[in-house]
Amino acid sequence: MLDQTQTALDGISVSIRDLQLSFGAVNVLQDLNLDIAKGEFLVLLGASGCGKSTLLNCIAGLLEPTGGQIFIEGQNVTWAEPSERGIGMVFQSYALYPQMTVKGNLSFGLKNARVPKDEIERRVTRAAELLHLQPLLDRKPAALSGGQRQRVAIGRALVRDVDVFLFDEPLSNLDAKLRAELRVELKRLHQSLANTMIYVTHDQIEAMTLADRIAIMRGGVIQQLAQPLEIYNRPANLYVAGFIGAPPMNFIRGRIEGSEFVGPVRMPLTGYGWSEGPWTSGDTVFGIRPEHVKIGDDARHCACQTEVTIEVVEPMGADTLLWTRIGGDEFRIRLDGQTTIHEGQTLPIGFDIDCASLFDAQSEQRI
Amino acid sequence: MVDLSQTYTAPRRLAGAEGAKPKRRLSGNRIMIYGILCLISLYYILPLWVMVMTSLKGMPEVRVGNIFAPPVEVTFQPWIKAWAEACTGLNCDGLSRGFWNSVKITVPSVILSIIVASVNGYALVNWKFKGSEIFFGILLFGAFIPYQVMIYPIVIILRELGLMGDVWGLVLVHTIFGMPILTLLFRNYFASLPEELFKAARVDGAGFWGIFFRVLVPMSLPIFTVAMILQVTGIWNDFLFGVIYTKPEAYPMTVQLNNIVNSVQGVKEYNVNMAATLITGLVPLSIYLLSGKLFVRGIAAGAVKG
Repeated sequence: MLDQTQTALDGISVSIRDLQLSFGAVNVLQDLNLDIAKGEFLVLLGASGCGKSTLLNCIAGLLEPTGGQIFIEGQNVTWAEPSERGIGMVFQSYALYPQMTVKGNLSFGLKNARVPKDEIERRVTRAAELLHLQPLLDRKPAALSGGQRQRVAIGRALVRDVDVFLFDEPLSNLDAKLRAELRVELKRLHQSLANTMIYVTHDQIEAMTLADRIAIMRGGVIQQLAQPLEIYNRPANLYVAGFIGAPPMNFIRGRIEGSEFVGPVRMPLTGYGWSEGPWTSGDTVFGIRPEHVKIGDDARHCACQTEVTIEVVEPMGADTLLWTRIGGDEFRIRLDGQTTIHEGQTLPIGFDIDCASLFDAQSEQRI
Repeated sequence: MVDLSQTYTAPRRLAGAEGAKPKRRLSGNRIMIYGILCLISLYYILPLWVMVMTSLKGMPEVRVGNIFAPPVEVTFQPWIKAWAEACTGLNCDGLSRGFWNSVKITVPSVILSIIVASVNGYALVNWKFKGSEIFFGILLFGAFIPYQVMIYPIVIILRELGLMGDVWGLVLVHTIFGMPILTLLFRNYFASLPEELFKAARVDGAGFWGIFFRVLVPMSLPIFTVAMILQVTGIWNDFLFGVIYTKPEAYPMTVQLNNIVNSVQGVKEYNVNMAATLITGLVPLSIYLLSGKLFVRGIAAGAVKG
């Protein structure tokens, strides 16, 4: 039995089996299964209340699951104390101990684990070097900026020499500029440490840029688990398609007749990458990302062409967003750079099948 | 090098308001507010004034009856008598005996009740167990039962424990009666601390006591101060439990004061009575004055989250 478990967990850092968690009658997590490879950077992404932080807290041992098992580095840790799991955790609010200096914060966990003094010193120095904290070691958290505080919080996880890092929205309390800087710093850290990292966020940019794989969650269920670009290019269902991408994917409702999508626009489906064999009939949602819509002369070569009247133009400098309607539904077009197109202008647009997605209108799954 | 002053001239200031906001003279509103405040202050200060003045007069001057007048001849004799010589029953060593009794009762009661209540509050917030909310509800219910109902049952309990008439019996009673309100106070304060701090400490391997003593207590000085003030003043001012659960030689200061002031034999020594009352009130008063800022901070912190 044990041997079976061992072989099943080879190369896997964190394994979650049939995990369930309910608060009273509310099921927060339902039969959740997830394997995370050694050294992988996995991002749990979802809107608030989707269960992503709950899952992370279960992995950390801060919440007791109602059912299922959790393995970390081959050990069943379902009922182990957080400190015995070989994890380090970084919180959104930093959660630094206010009465201790930076050094005290970094060494608190090591003192609890009765690590010898010189070893504590060595590890704290190394973490401080890695995170550029040396000049701050004797300061209290109140005398640090937000970015510095979060670096201390990361350092606190770092000194414990753990197998798995858990991040609970670590950058959400920082302003946009700092967030971008720390994001890169985190990525570098992962490259140099090669630890397993599990990262919870609601920010899809963080997810796309940091992740080896993204798990998109909704209602306690993983909707899709795949590499970032796979999720972007081939979303598994309507929810994922609408969640990833800013602005989100455009949807056109219609049906498939033979080898054609028929709705407010007609679109031949030759060349579409079907998931499980081609459909020849049925209600369908056609999805196309705003950045894949072509306008003007470029649109002439497209398989599907139509004309729209622009309602709103949003210039954002690096790109421009055009708002219009197709068949009554809102339709967004994203253009690179700046444009002279103005509100009220009628414009030929077009798009190709190779960057489109088709979904079953009933089950909302990709077809 | 280009001379910038020639290419750019700052615009002249425009007409209108500028600089620091001018101070307004006393308006009708202000006069009303200050007037009312003065009246109310007077209302509270006058009795104190009468007490202090009377306590500094000799008996002949007191008998004249001009209670608001300052003493013609200042004497501290009434203070000395109240502290060291006034008689209650057979003892003629004044309030001093009661003072030390009160200290012996208050210090352990305050320390014990704060230790118990702070751990209670911590466990109720951070280590919720099945039925912890019910447990807390029952504890709170205790705060609403009138003391008088429990006097007799407690007499029996103390008798059975062999603590009746003992100072430690009274300490036990004070500790238990302080628990509901103090637990509520600590629970609310600990609930207002970020939960992630507690989680971080758990990940860092700190246990129940480690988190309590090394993470939470060091950041909870204000609420410990508030609890201390509440308990010191409450227990110091207690009369009822003191008179019921202790023996005459262990009476706290309040009981002693009552016995001095309410003695029916001989001349009423108003000056001594006033001095004795002032001495008894000095302890709670000095506690408030010494911890003023922390007291307000703690009350505000405890009141925000419920």
